[in-house]
Amino acid sequence: MDTTQILAGLLAQASTQQVTELLDGAAVSPVREFLVNIIYAIAAIFFVFGLKMLSSPRTARRGNLVASVGMFIAVVVTLASAPGIGYPVVISGFVVGGLIGLVAAKKVPMTGMPEMVALFNGSGGLASAVVAMAEYWRVNAYSDLLIDARISISLTLLIGWVTFTGSFIAFLKLRGQWIPVFWSGKESAKDREGGVKKDTAGNPIMQWKRYIKMGNPLTFPLQHPLNLLIVLAMIVLCAVVAANPAAVWAVVLIILISAVLGVLITAPIGGADMPVVVSLLNSYSGLAACAAGFVLHNTGLIISGSLVGASGLILTNIMCKAMNRSLLNVMAGGFGQDTSAAGGTSVEGKTVRQMDAEEAAMVLEACQKVFIIPGYGMAVAQAQHAVAEMADLLSQRGIEVKYGVHPVAGRMPGHMNVLLAEANVPYEQLADLELNSEMEQCDVALVIGANDVVNPDARRPDSQIAGMPIFDVDKARTVMVCKRSLNPGFAGIQNPLFFLDNTTMLFGDAKKMVSAIVNELKQS
Amino acid sequence: MIDLLAQAAQQHSVLGPLSVHLVVFLLAILLGFEVIAKVPATLHTPLMSGSNAISGISIVGALLIAGLGEGWVKYVFGFLAMVFATINVVGGFVVTDRMLAMFKRK
Repeated sequence: MDTTQILAGLLAQASTQQVTELLDGAAVSPVREFLVNIIYAIAAIFFVFGLKMLSSPRTARRGNLVASVGMFIAVVVTLASAPGIGYPVVISGFVVGGLIGLVAAKKVPMTGMPEMVALFNGSGGLASAVVAMAEYWRVNAYSDLLIDARISISLTLLIGWVTFTGSFIAFLKLRGQWIPVFWSGKESAKDREGGVKKDTAGNPIMQWKRYIKMGNPLTFPLQHPLNLLIVLAMIVLCAVVAANPAAVWAVVLIILISAVLGVLITAPIGGADMPVVVSLLNSYSGLAACAAGFVLHNTGLIISGSLVGASGLILTNIMCKAMNRSLLNVMAGGFGQDTSAAGGTSVEGKTVRQMDAEEAAMVLEACQKVFIIPGYGMAVAQAQHAVAEMADLLSQRGIEVKYGVHPVAGRMPGHMNVLLAEANVPYEQLADLELNSEMEQCDVALVIGANDVVNPDARRPDSQIAGMPIFDVDKARTVMVCKRSLNPGFAGIQNPLFFLDNTTMLFGDAKKMVSAIVNELKQS
Repeated sequence: MIDLLAQAAQQHSVLGPLSVHLVVFLLAILLGFEVIAKVPATLHTPLMSGSNAISGISIVGALLIAGLGEGWVKYVFGFLAMVFATINVVGGFVVTDRMLAMFKRK
């Protein structure tokens, strides 16, 4: 406490003494700069410990609080030390942004979490980009910008805008948004027919050819050469700005091209790979803040931004490993659009066995060990509460119930855990791929809305998902798959599991089906 | 390029602080790798959301630019940067807390 008071005192003293000098743009006081940097380092220590505490379920919530205290410290020290704060702008911006953030964070349903994170992320990236734009346009004679500032402004604009537009596309894709397109191109079976918008008099105002679903990969010819060309153009433009900072046209071009690049690199990536993209964009937004730190010569931004940049990369890497894909492979896009060439087992002429809720309840009651493998389909159907209730009823009958949560279940790693936690599933019932060691003793493996993570084809070397870790549910005595139809999952490949002798399909909406099972269990 | 660097170094002795910043950057990256490497899969979503909130550190940049420059640059860019950064910070921390509150009920 004493230390903080002394620091605050010194800081106040330093700022009053130096304020005229600073406003004149003269050299920054070394004492003050020293203190400010120390306090930024303290804020960064809070971030590090916050992230560390987020690693354990017991301390996670406090970790988030610790990190937010770090943010508070960083904001306060900036306010206390900056040469002239535009308080009307700062306060109005804070109120508007704070309200938007608060309402969005409170209102979003747990299933919508990935979209929300994508949007918040894009917002942070855009903030960094705007900081760089302000720094560029604030300097009246552009040649005053030093060489390092010129380069870091270009980099901040590039990363910031790519993060923003990329995150926005990721948001639309995660929502599975249908968007109208006005050009006619190669139509895909997944497209929906177009429409016409009319004014009150019935005259057509707008006409669109068809709808495309944003979740699907959007590929176009010459995509990779185009991206390469854009990257080359970016390098040239950065060099132009570095050599001649007065080249406003080059800065504007960097902004426009970066925005387009964000769309181009996200659009071809399919729904299955979105977790990887969100994680990568999370890393980018950190790097954008870090680059903005180089623009403003601010240690706080550099340390914290690069911390986030590194964490995002690690997460991205973990997710890629879980899906057995390389990052390069993910970024190349187009995964899961071509079902015919997927190299899966042919399903023609095979039959499936199906069951209704009543029979399923009878089978489940007779079990000793039931494993539930939830997938994103369960979350879409909002079935997690019904599933938890069913698991409770089974546990009450002395049946051992465990949830097998795949590392990439849901749309972000750990997303499924959040959804199950929301439904009050006890922590001890959650298991990951370790469940495979007990699979042979399992009476019923109940797969709800999951598909690719239980696809036995992953064990075949010629499959598109070869090597992806899966739950070996086909080794359980009985497999029940609750699914709307036999359609392929996110990865877009057929699942031979559905046609096995020990597999029974429970066709229908996950929530309705599980609720029906719950009713049967209650009656008997 | 070398000319420019030499010129910059001469005029403003920029290379000193820049080298320090680069060292800080590299060390922070390594630290980030180490901190994150040991998180169980269960907490990946809250972690992503929490570290996303920390990337809202660009609010510091927004605060710094909001007071500088003249006329429209100061107001428009300052306001926009503040709004976007605050959405990231406030939204990020609140949403992470909401998720973790659910884990805590156990």
